[in-house]
Amino acid sequence: MTDNLNGKGLALIPRAETKQSLKDFKSDQEVRWCPGCGDYAILAAVQSFLPELGLKRENIVFVSGIGCSSRFPYYLNTYGMHSIHGRAPAIATGLAASRPDLSVWVITGDGDALSIGGNHLIHALRRNVNLNILLFNNRIYGLTKGQYSPTSEIGKITKSTPMGSLDKPFNPVSLALGAEASFVARTIDSDRKHLQSVLRQAAEHRGASLVEIYQNCNIFNDGAFDTLKDPSTRDEITIRLEHGQPIVFGTGDNERAVRLSPTGGVEVVRRAEVADSEILVHDAHNPDPSVAFALSRLDEPAFEHVPIGVFRSVDRPSYDQLMNEQVQTATADKGPGDLAELLHGGDTWTIR
Amino acid sequence: MTKQVQQLDRVIIRFAGDSGDGMQLTGDRFTAETAQFGNDLSTLPNFPAEIRAPAGTLPGVSSFQLHFADHDILTPGDAPNVLVAMNPAALKANLADLPRGADIIANTDEFTKRNLAKVGYDANPLEDDSLKEWRLHAVPLTSLTVRALEGFDISKKDAERAKNMFALGLLSWLYNRPTEGTIKFLETKFARKPEIAKANIAAFQAGWNYGETTESFSVSYEVKPATLPPGTYRNISGNQALAYGLIAASVQAKLPLFLGSYPITPASDILHELSKHKRFGVRTFQAEDEIAGVGAALGAAFGGSLGVTTTSGPGIALKSETIGLAVATELPLIIVDVQRAGPSTGMPTKTEQTDLLIAMFGRNGESPVPVLAAATPSDCFTMAIEAARIALKYRTPVMLLSDGYLANGSEPWRIPEISELPDISVPFATEPNGDDGTTYLPFKRDPETLARPWAVPGTPGLEHRIGGIEKADGAGNISYDPDNHDRMVRLRQAKIDGIDVPDLTVDDPDGDARVLVLGWGSTYGPIAAAVRRARAAGHKVAQAHLRHLNPLPANTGEVLRSYDKVLLPEINLGQLAMLLRARYLVDVISYNRVRGLPFKAAELAAVIQDVIESD
Ligand SMILES: Cc1ncc(C[n+]2csc(CCOP(=O)(O)OP(=O)(O)O)c2C)c(N)n1
Ligand code: SF4
Ligand SMILES: [Mg+2]
Repeated sequence: MTDNLNGKGLALIPRAETKQSLKDFKSDQEVRWCPGCGDYAILAAVQSFLPELGLKRENIVFVSGIGCSSRFPYYLNTYGMHSIHGRAPAIATGLAASRPDLSVWVITGDGDALSIGGNHLIHALRRNVNLNILLFNNRIYGLTKGQYSPTSEIGKITKSTPMGSLDKPFNPVSLALGAEASFVARTIDSDRKHLQSVLRQAAEHRGASLVEIYQNCNIFNDGAFDTLKDPSTRDEITIRLEHGQPIVFGTGDNERAVRLSPTGGVEVVRRAEVADSEILVHDAHNPDPSVAFALSRLDEPAFEHVPIGVFRSVDRPSYDQLMNEQVQTATADKGPGDLAELLHGGDTWTIR
Repeated sequence: MTKQVQQLDRVIIRFAGDSGDGMQLTGDRFTAETAQFGNDLSTLPNFPAEIRAPAGTLPGVSSFQLHFADHDILTPGDAPNVLVAMNPAALKANLADLPRGADIIANTDEFTKRNLAKVGYDANPLEDDSLKEWRLHAVPLTSLTVRALEGFDISKKDAERAKNMFALGLLSWLYNRPTEGTIKFLETKFARKPEIAKANIAAFQAGWNYGETTESFSVSYEVKPATLPPGTYRNISGNQALAYGLIAASVQAKLPLFLGSYPITPASDILHELSKHKRFGVRTFQAEDEIAGVGAALGAAFGGSLGVTTTSGPGIALKSETIGLAVATELPLIIVDVQRAGPSTGMPTKTEQTDLLIAMFGRNGESPVPVLAAATPSDCFTMAIEAARIALKYRTPVMLLSDGYLANGSEPWRIPEISELPDISVPFATEPNGDDGTTYLPFKRDPETLARPWAVPGTPGLEHRIGGIEKADGAGNISYDPDNHDRMVRLRQAKIDGIDVPDLTVDDPDGDARVLVLGWGSTYGPIAAAVRRARAAGHKVAQAHLRHLNPLPANTGEVLRSYDKVLLPEINLGQLAMLLRARYLVDVISYNRVRGLPFKAAELAAVIQDVIESD
């Protein structure tokens, strides 16, 4: 029987004996992102949130791919590997599957995770590898100086698309839900409180957690998320998902609600026009991902309303657990392996 | 009727039939009986890449060749003494390899008009005179089997299917093989279908009895057990030996084995085998592709496992970038390449030695990787441990080359005592290594081996970051300093160049040969057999075989230069020859054939003679 470790994502990771502080998690390396880059805010949020988890620092590992965001591990005084473009989920899979005592974090960009590494991402999610995947989505290729990415909006003018990009973008949350990820969330670089609360829930979830973080690249795609940040528009656009709460947003006359639509999806309606009973109550633990998926489509077509928060958080045995169980079952059935016995298995004969 | 028993010193049998005829199983069983009997042996399975090519066609022919002898032998043999042909396609596909005078046992039931037409026979070769130069035994294998199984409660199809066991029984009689093993095997294999088990055993025994009573076979043969060095033996294929070698390496290194792999012929059997041995703490991960396979293995290595990935040529192409990352991060990793015919998909079930250069150089940047190659099926065991030893001691990815011929071929193997296996364990770093006593320098090297320390997550105080970006010598922080890069490039190269590798040994009985035949990898058997022939014909010839290709043994240049001529047969267009010429300026003579098949001993013996006699 699989012990249910869900909701106890940190149960197997040794805890620090003494209280840790932000300083313990800062490395001595100079941070080299462009001034004003959203990555700074995410780094600061992570550095100050990690001590609160209370884990032994040496049992935390950050694995990244390639991109501006993927420099992240160098700035944290934990174990880390800055790997190659797109492959961090694969590398981290081997680490997490063989070391249940580690808290393994994957840092990746929209290009890293969804272009070159798309295959590894979906497979890590479906396998439910015990990883916290932070996808820094700036909707652009930062490190290679500003080509469009798989999350860029159609028609994006960039160096590689002077007449506008043709490709329909991925919605990372929809993609992760489609891959049946057990934990899927979205947050924003500029909202430290929200960011940290989502990260905490991701860390505590045992299995694969995907957190999309809207991140501003002020050099090549500045202002991509401004409407979500500008106090004059922010509250009219942002839908804050909270488990067990009716989904309402907007202010005053503009207050709106989300309800199930007759076509099988969800729709935004004026708050005043619906009865309380009609308003969708967010259920992140719903085993059926359909409603979460429908919610993830609300930002279509043009960022008119954007849900943030935890879309889905369900219990499913993690990959390392299942893998270890097979090792344990095999050992329990026949005892630990004996090399001499293995080599002498099958038909043998002796020459004297 | 008692029949005459004739003594032979060696026999080569080829079982050939349709893919669905069970020829690999028949061959395997005959091999097991032969091993049990104590002959030395060597096998060569040859099967189509298609799982079931259309029945009765030439592309659908599957064969299994077995060479066994009362003395030590080196190859599966050039030309069969006996061909078992289960249908016209099998006869047609194999006749050219069969010397005149050899025996042909043909299943007459399958030589129907329709089947003959399928492979372009106008007339039945069993009935016209076309096979008169061979000894033909026309046996209605199918109908004899069906008749023998009349009393059994099985379908006609199942009865017909047992014809391979009838053939096996006949051959077992013909060569006086022990039968208990096969009976036990059939009982276990069909444990859940007792009626099928009984029927197959009955077919097997009917085949034996047929041999004893029919007039078609007047003599049976005996090949005495070989006098091999004392010890306990088993028969083993290259892939199985490689898998066992990896498990042994994990035990001897005291590290859990993590295999990241993606199925590909002819390497998949290593994944299959390892996945059966979870009791050893083996974790096998069937990844989404080869890149993820090697990536996961590298991630596990970072965490302190013995990381391994297994593949064939196309997979190596995909793994290149990650192997480069392993070079840069200096983590132990084993990459097994079971070579097959290329380029691209090539001929998946056929053998080749064409990945030497991609193993050596197939990465961007200066990224040296040790390269090893197993020489025989059982040598895959030894070389897997050697690959692990080097990977762990020097903290480097290691390429281990096998090929389709070694992977599927088999030979008797003297099972080593566990005490004979090397201890390859290495300590993890546990303490800071900086001069101040508190910092950890991930790239501070061991002055002897130049290996960097291996500190695994979970070790307090040694938190550090590694990655693909160039690192400062010692401290391991990102560095774009030109001189540091030059130093690191040279250090990485020096580390690999300095790996302790045993000297190349030369076999030259009289010590005065002027011609050396050099080989690497799976050509060992055919070359050694050819050298024997040349010596038997009165020629003086020396032989040496490389199992370490990077770095090469320190005395390689000296050995090469001490002969007038160096002959280097390779199943490629001269990949090792190119390396040796560049490195030692020795004008080696290449002999190259790239047919997807191993060399034949006779072919190489003729080449050796040519080289000795030409001036
Ligand atoms: C195999 C390979 N191909 C291409 C690149 C070049 N490259 C580096 S980062 C990058 C895109 C990064 O975009 P993203 O993942 O969105 O990260 P960001 O820089 O925006 O944080 C590319 C194409 C590379 N490093 N490796
Ligand atoms: S290019 Fe953009 S993403 Fe990269 S560091 Fe600069 S601002 Fe940040
Ligand atoms: Mg980006």
